[in-house]
Amino acid sequence: MGVALTRSAQWTAVGHGAKTLEVTPLNEAIVKEIIMFVESFIYKYPQEANYVFVEPLEWKTNLDPSAFGSGYAVSGTIVKSEEVDKNGEPLLYLSVPQIKIRSFGQLSRILYIAKNMKLKEAQACIEDYEFSNGCRAPPWRQIKGEICYVLVKPHDAETLCVTCSKEGVFLNGGKTDDEGQINYERKGEIYKDLVTLLKEKSAIFSENMSKQEIKFSEQPQKDQPNEAPKEEVAITHKASVTSRKSTQEKNRINLGRSQLTKRLEPSLNWRTSVSSKESRNTLRDTQVEKHGGKLEKSRSSVSPGRAQLIRKSVEKIEEIISDSSSESEEDEEQPDHRQEANADLPSEYWQIQKLVKYLKGGNQTATVIALCSMKDFNLAQETCQLAIRDVGGLEVLINLLETDEVKCKIGSLKILKEISHNPQIRRNIVDLGGLPVMVNILDSPHKSLKCLAAETIANVAKFRRARRVVRRHGGITKLVALLDCGKHSGEPAQSSLYETRDVEVARCGALALWSCSKSYANKEAIRKAGGIPLLARLLKTSHENMLIPVVGTLQECASEENYRAAIKAERIIENLVKNLNSENEQLQEHCAMAIYQCAEDEETRDLVRLHGGLKPLASLLNNTDNKERLAAVTGAIWKCSISKENVTKFREYKAIETLVGLLTDQPEEVLVNVVGALGECCQEHENRVIIRRCGGIQPLVNLLVGINQALLVNVTKAVGACAVEPESMMIIDRLDGVRLLWSLLKNPHPDVKASAAWALCPCIQNAKDAGEMVRSFVGGLELVVNLLKSDNKEVLASVCAVITNIAKDQENLAVITDHGVVPLLSKLANTNNDKLRRHLAETISRCCMWGRNRVAFGEHKAVAPLVRYLKSNDTNVHRATAQALYQLSEDADNCVTMHENGAVKLLLDMVGSPDEELQEAAAGCISNIRRLALAIEKARYS
Amino acid sequence: MNRKKLQKLTDSLTKNCKHFSKFEVKCLINLFYNLVGEVTERQGVIIGLDRNAFRNILHMTFGMTDDMIMDRVFRGFDKDNDGCISVTEWVYGLSVFLRGTLEEKMKYCFEVFDLNGDSFISKEEMFHMLKNSLLKQPSEEDPDEGIKDLVEITLKKMDHDHDGKLSFADYEQAVREETLLLEAFGPCLPDPKVTACVHRTETKTPYRSSSPGLPGLASDQMSHIHLQRTPSKRERQPRNRAGPYL
Repeated sequence: MGVALTRSAQWTAVGHGAKTLEVTPLNEAIVKEIIMFVESFIYKYPQEANYVFVEPLEWKTNLDPSAFGSGYAVSGTIVKSEEVDKNGEPLLYLSVPQIKIRSFGQLSRILYIAKNMKLKEAQACIEDYEFSNGCRAPPWRQIKGEICYVLVKPHDAETLCVTCSKEGVFLNGGKTDDEGQINYERKGEIYKDLVTLLKEKSAIFSENMSKQEIKFSEQPQKDQPNEAPKEEVAITHKASVTSRKSTQEKNRINLGRSQLTKRLEPSLNWRTSVSSKESRNTLRDTQVEKHGGKLEKSRSSVSPGRAQLIRKSVEKIEEIISDSSSESEEDEEQPDHRQEANADLPSEYWQIQKLVKYLKGGNQTATVIALCSMKDFNLAQETCQLAIRDVGGLEVLINLLETDEVKCKIGSLKILKEISHNPQIRRNIVDLGGLPVMVNILDSPHKSLKCLAAETIANVAKFRRARRVVRRHGGITKLVALLDCGKHSGEPAQSSLYETRDVEVARCGALALWSCSKSYANKEAIRKAGGIPLLARLLKTSHENMLIPVVGTLQECASEENYRAAIKAERIIENLVKNLNSENEQLQEHCAMAIYQCAEDEETRDLVRLHGGLKPLASLLNNTDNKERLAAVTGAIWKCSISKENVTKFREYKAIETLVGLLTDQPEEVLVNVVGALGECCQEHENRVIIRRCGGIQPLVNLLVGINQALLVNVTKAVGACAVEPESMMIIDRLDGVRLLWSLLKNPHPDVKASAAWALCPCIQNAKDAGEMVRSFVGGLELVVNLLKSDNKEVLASVCAVITNIAKDQENLAVITDHGVVPLLSKLANTNNDKLRRHLAETISRCCMWGRNRVAFGEHKAVAPLVRYLKSNDTNVHRATAQALYQLSEDADNCVTMHENGAVKLLLDMVGSPDEELQEAAAGCISNIRRLALAIEKARYS
Repeated sequence: MNRKKLQKLTDSLTKNCKHFSKFEVKCLINLFYNLVGEVTERQGVIIGLDRNAFRNILHMTFGMTDDMIMDRVFRGFDKDNDGCISVTEWVYGLSVFLRGTLEEKMKYCFEVFDLNGDSFISKEEMFHMLKNSLLKQPSEEDPDEGIKDLVEITLKKMDHDHDGKLSFADYEQAVREETLLLEAFGPCLPDPKVTACVHRTETKTPYRSSSPGLPGLASDQMSHIHLQRTPSKRERQPRNRAGPYL
């Protein structure tokens, strides 16, 4: 079948993207045949259908996750089959729109699920296929080691049809006349790469290349200007479709593929290992460049610069995976800007160059003199920093660290410590391998060396790659060991002139850990190395310059659950609270930040209160000049106010009034927290009154027009909480707040949508003449109904809640019915999310009140899934469901469905519930079902 | 020497030497006599370490290599200038050499560097001390140019009163700003890594821990200390480095 596809299927001309099948009757027939084969496969060959493919079939699907029913776990835009292989990997994995399937059984099922979209799916599957190893040759040729086929048109020769295989490059039989088929037979010698072949075949190419090669050897680092011979290189993306038909063939292919994937590594690795795979790289490069639409010469080797680039991109990907979101500055590595050779150089440049010369050619004494002299330059100035680098000073300085001359190492580190404040220098230090050497110095018996190395690491580790290098070389463990300063207290005080105190060592260690702790993996490494108890101990000191890095590290790390638990266990909160009272603003800021991170946890919130942390937090609100600190403090207040007791305290300290005052003229980071805190406070009546009285509602409503997503989530929540108060609701209504909330339902971010929808519920409940108000929003009802098509559970639940409130008004209910609310709600019924179930059931019971909606729900198959809700563990779901079923049971057909799905037994249990509403609804429903049964019996016997 | 005399000597030296304990002084005296060897005590004959014996100790124990500096260190120890280090000079000298305060060491180092003893380190003296500190580049026209320049750099850094030579005040100020300049013109104090290494070996074996910082208090330990020294992979000139610079 694969052969049939490559031979017969009519592909569109080679384009930049994936090839597509032309719409022709022949193609359609082929695809249909494939579909028939695959669909019947599961019945005809049930055993073979369970074989797991070595590599999954992958394509972009149009299927919606909602289409997947039983046998699949659906969560948001992800679908996994419950059928798994022996490693527990699902055989079907859909992450919209990418789908991966690894068995014929699943293929059959997907076609069944696709229903009338079968043709599309099968076509998409065939078109999108590309071998993950980067090969474009058909699999039966891959077995012979062939990678792809290239058409080359030199200036002075016929078009050459070339096969690139792992043995080398050779001419094949050329294109046959029909349908662009290739005669795969080898027709010429095997050359080591494409360039050699072309040189042999084309004199002009050879001539041009020899010009190029001279340049190559001259400047191997630089990319060549685009003077390449204008040979037209075209790759025939031929025949990249595999046979997925007969079992025998499939097995053979899998065998071939698995061997191939061993030989031809996945493309990323492939491109990393440069030298040994020259010929392949040539091919690869040709392909890549072709795709870019450029005609560049093929290279026989990849320049080191390029290899480095590739390596960097691979590293970056790794980093993205391993690093957390708390990455702050410098995430992007900017390209170096070197001083231009002929630019006017400052006099420092020449002096530094001379000193570096002495560093290179001097003994210990001369080196120390040169280092001390270099230190006298203004190393904070970029000119000097870059001068040191540009004259090759960094190499020498790092090199000195590898000698065993203590004084030279001290001198070198003193300079590195200063110049590593420059982001470019940091990168250069890392590129030159400076970090592993510094990490080794952390083991030195000389404390001053340890300190300087740790301080330099603290500067260098400001970007991801550096942090990773520190970790990979065991730096985290060593840095954590520096924190343990009490251990060697028995040492003689005056051991050497070049020594410093233990406390200083610990401080430098904390400083370096602070920088390192911005990466997720490092946080984990610090914890594993036993860093938390040591940090906790250092936190008991009273030196500000020690406390800042310690609290800074803790604050960074507290983003992790593990840490928050440990911070609680190590009784760190107490000291954080204590240091809130410090005079140092930076320390206050970090303490507040750490509390902010940790106060997600209820017990921690209580601890903050018990240690008297709320009062200093409240009083810090009054100083609004330092915005960073204000953001941290308001953040801490926000999280702390999740606990009611804390809110009471804040009210005592008049913090709520102060917070309202902070609703204007503050940066967004502050506003998010202020509004978040007010949203929590608003949960209590007393506080809502305070906020209204000091004029908080107006600024809150004003913030509804912002664009900051986090802020909008908090603002909607706060406004919603205020709307619970009818008096506040009047103000919100007058300020046009409901319309603003309603507009936020159009916000692209689901969190904002959901939060706005939740806020609308109390607004509709408490607004005077709510029905009229809702109708006044042009297109508002349609907007809400259409949100039922969302794939976000929280959005769906919140929208259901809004609809429940809207539907209280008969006229509005009629409108939303016309907008098709019933089928949309029915479609959602197959959910197992309890929150959604509850609100969905409430909406359904409310929507039953109009026209023939009861019947319509039955017709759209909403009843059977609802019965299953009764098996949930959530009483709220039970109550809402029983009420919905009661409403639905007014229709006879629904009663039959309920009965068939075993509703009676479940409802009978509910009748015994202590919840009266539930009792009543359940009993009502049973009575409706029973009445119908009696009526039928009566009809039968009369 | 009889025991009574030894006791008396120990007591007097301990009294005047604040950096060593009595036990340490006793060990040092023992070591001294072991190094000097069995010489019968006679009137008029000075018992002590001559220049060569002392230089040998400096080289073997403290890793010093520069001949001139070693000579200067010998002179620093030999307070009475009789070409021989007596037991008193030995103990006092080591007290500064091993345990001296920054002030004591500055004074000692300045004396070492002040070759002609005129209380100034002149340009010529600097040149003399630094003349072997740079790798000679055969391409250079004046092979001493680098050294001269280095002297100028040093002066610029340390000559605060701009009189073209270093007084003790100049030197002291520079060292207080940057301790690395203490041995600005050559290593005349024990190498920090040797000291550190000795520290480590001694904290491991308790009976030797009574004499921290001092290698080989008993003669039989001398050879042991040699083994414990950081194996000196490099010679000072040229220094070994990992990179391709030399």
